Amino acid sequence: MEKSKLTVVSSPHLHCGMDTPNIMLDVIIALMPAAAASVWLFGWRAAAVIAVSVGSCVAAEFLSRLVMKRPQTVGDLSAVVTGLLLAFNLPATIPLWQAALGGVAAIVVAKQMFGGLGHNFVNPALIGRIVIMASFPDEMNNWVLPFHGTGADAVSAATPLANMAAGDGAGYGLFEMFVGMRPGCLGETCVAALLLGGIYLVLRRVITPLIPLTYIGTVFVLTWILGGDPLYAILSGGLMLGAIFMATDYVTSPLNRGGQAVFAVGCGLITVLIRLYGSLPEGVSFAIVIMNILVPLIERATHPRPFGQPRRFGRKGGAQGEH
Amino acid sequence: MSLKKTGGVSAFPTRGGVHAPHRKNTADCETVVMPPPEKILLSMSQHIGAPCVPVVKKGDRVEVGQLVADSDSPVTAPIHSGVSGTVTGTTELLLPGGKTAQALIIESDGQQTVHDSVRPPVIDTFEDFIAAVRASGAVGLGGAGFPTHVKLNPPDRDAIDTIIINAAECEPYITADYRECMENSWDVVSGVQTVMEFLNASRVIIAIERNKPAAIAELSKIAKTVSTPLRRVEVRRLPARYPQGAEKVLIAACTRRKVPAGGLPSDVGCIVMNVTTCAFLSRYFKTGMPLVSRRLTVDGSAIAHPQNVRVTIGTPVKEVLAFTGGLKHEAGRLLMGGPMMGLALMDGELPVLKQNNAILAFAKEDPDTALHAATTCIRCGRCVQACPMNLTPPSIAAAYSAGDLERAEKLGLLTCMECGCCSYSCPAHRPIVQTMRLAKEALRRERK
Repeated sequence: MEKSKLTVVSSPHLHCGMDTPNIMLDVIIALMPAAAASVWLFGWRAAAVIAVSVGSCVAAEFLSRLVMKRPQTVGDLSAVVTGLLLAFNLPATIPLWQAALGGVAAIVVAKQMFGGLGHNFVNPALIGRIVIMASFPDEMNNWVLPFHGTGADAVSAATPLANMAAGDGAGYGLFEMFVGMRPGCLGETCVAALLLGGIYLVLRRVITPLIPLTYIGTVFVLTWILGGDPLYAILSGGLMLGAIFMATDYVTSPLNRGGQAVFAVGCGLITVLIRLYGSLPEGVSFAIVIMNILVPLIERATHPRPFGQPRRFGRKGGAQGEH
Repeated sequence: MSLKKTGGVSAFPTRGGVHAPHRKNTADCETVVMPPPEKILLSMSQHIGAPCVPVVKKGDRVEVGQLVADSDSPVTAPIHSGVSGTVTGTTELLLPGGKTAQALIIESDGQQTVHDSVRPPVIDTFEDFIAAVRASGAVGLGGAGFPTHVKLNPPDRDAIDTIIINAAECEPYITADYRECMENSWDVVSGVQTVMEFLNASRVIIAIERNKPAAIAELSKIAKTVSTPLRRVEVRRLPARYPQGAEKVLIAACTRRKVPAGGLPSDVGCIVMNVTTCAFLSRYFKTGMPLVSRRLTVDGSAIAHPQNVRVTIGTPVKEVLAFTGGLKHEAGRLLMGGPMMGLALMDGELPVLKQNNAILAFAKEDPDTALHAATTCIRCGRCVQACPMNLTPPSIAAAYSAGDLERAEKLGLLTCMECGCCSYSCPAHRPIVQTMRLAKEALRRERK
């Protein structure tokens, strides 16, 4: 046993075996039901939008690391997740070059310019969506009914939220909303598929249900209080997609449980306020981005008390429990 | 599940921790006694506290159980020879933590003649008891190595109402304490009774992880026979979740009391003692033979024949490995202690220390101990959820790398016990424990 052959490193000497690409792969798997549903609902054009969005994100990740002469990180699969989420946030009719532009904006501007995965302070996919929404509002508002394709047979229709904002009813039944038979962004409509992916993520312990449940619960309760229809509120728009897959983004949500709860309540609050009182029919993406920016402040305010440290006010720490 | 039948009371839930694999491969391996080696190296520092100074010199003849080193410091533990033979000199050891220690070299004559001083101690008062515990050379045998006589003599003795016997053994692989419970269960309980009596505590809780049903059954059975209404002895089942055996976690699991940050178990009326230490004390009171040998678990993917072995303290690690049948694969990592908190050795020359409970050797090709490059923190929060001390490691690490040690301390840096749950669960393979150690060291230096 010669000296040079033994590795001397700090403990622990075991590891759980889960690494970053594993986690990203789990998220990709969890997004597959919704991806399949989008193709089922909107046809091959949905598949094309997904392919272009993922392709542009991966290429942008690869090229920006190359240009910046940083270690290549394309293998961590986070760009694939961003690409999928961005595609899910676009209508199936979006011109493909606009989807590609959104992918580049998401990766280069929102993520790599801040140092790459782990350093971006806002959700890249949402920034991609917002960039497209601000640049091409007409294309981003071109909604079609499911099962009629996006070509010559396409049937234009307003989304349930737009209908509701216009003062009409949603125009779609609850079951139709649940399975996704309504106009909308290609990955947001099929609530059933999104829930399936969410359950997979919880079972795989990639996420905890805290943020999604708090976010959806806040929207439900607040819409109810303000006189809306809570069930339509949670089934419409991008709420399920946002609450399960975007508000739970590790990098842009608080680290501790208390902070996560505050964050999720904030997301729900802003979503409802935008939907009911803003000029836009939908507010999920802005709500999450605004709360993303507040994460450092939330974390400071909700920092957990280390074991055995006294509370800041009132009772001193120490002997508790029995006695 | 037959958990109910094993007896014992369930513990209170505690925060954090990880489901590390158990790998108690040697649980059914009866302890094998390794004959004393030709030469032992007795480190002058095998406990927390002041190092000892030799009381014998080169050329002196020593016998088994003879005091060879001691110190005047209040926090220390005397050291005894485990062989009879001749002191041939001293050497300097590089301990795994990076510190150096003097060591006595004693060459054995193979006779194993026992020294005259080895007589059962006469104990009448509490002071006699503490003096005897000190003279036994006992330290925490679970790995910490805190001198037992200091632990059993807290400043406010009357405030102690609970003694917790730590048989959790939450580190993967290690079964040394488990074998003590199985092979010497009566020593454990008689030690419990002695300590309880002298400290005038009203209850003793023997805490064991629930993945050791045989030990729970055995100790519950005996505990029932010695438990009285005024002096309760009970066995408590802990979840088999690392690090249940960590002192503060254990106290919370057994009593729901929280040791204040920077405080001691005695601040919440508790004393925590390792089960093997407790059994050793009862044997010492009967025979007078001080701490000169101990049980080690030898295991890991590179070990040919994993087993429990009783070795003379001071035996070089490589000789222990050779005795157990050596390695079946080339070792890539050699550990003193468990895989979660154990220290990596540079070679097999270092001798077995009192607080050593395992020697683990992992094959070079073992994927478990493969090295991974750290990638960026993705803020997944797994370390936060895993931390038993409710810390937020990324915030502490950020404060440290920004040079703001004051903030790092405010965030609980010194509460970190380096259990390794954070690094174990980090998907980015970040060396979080190492960062905590560096930050603590930086803080210590700044305070000086």
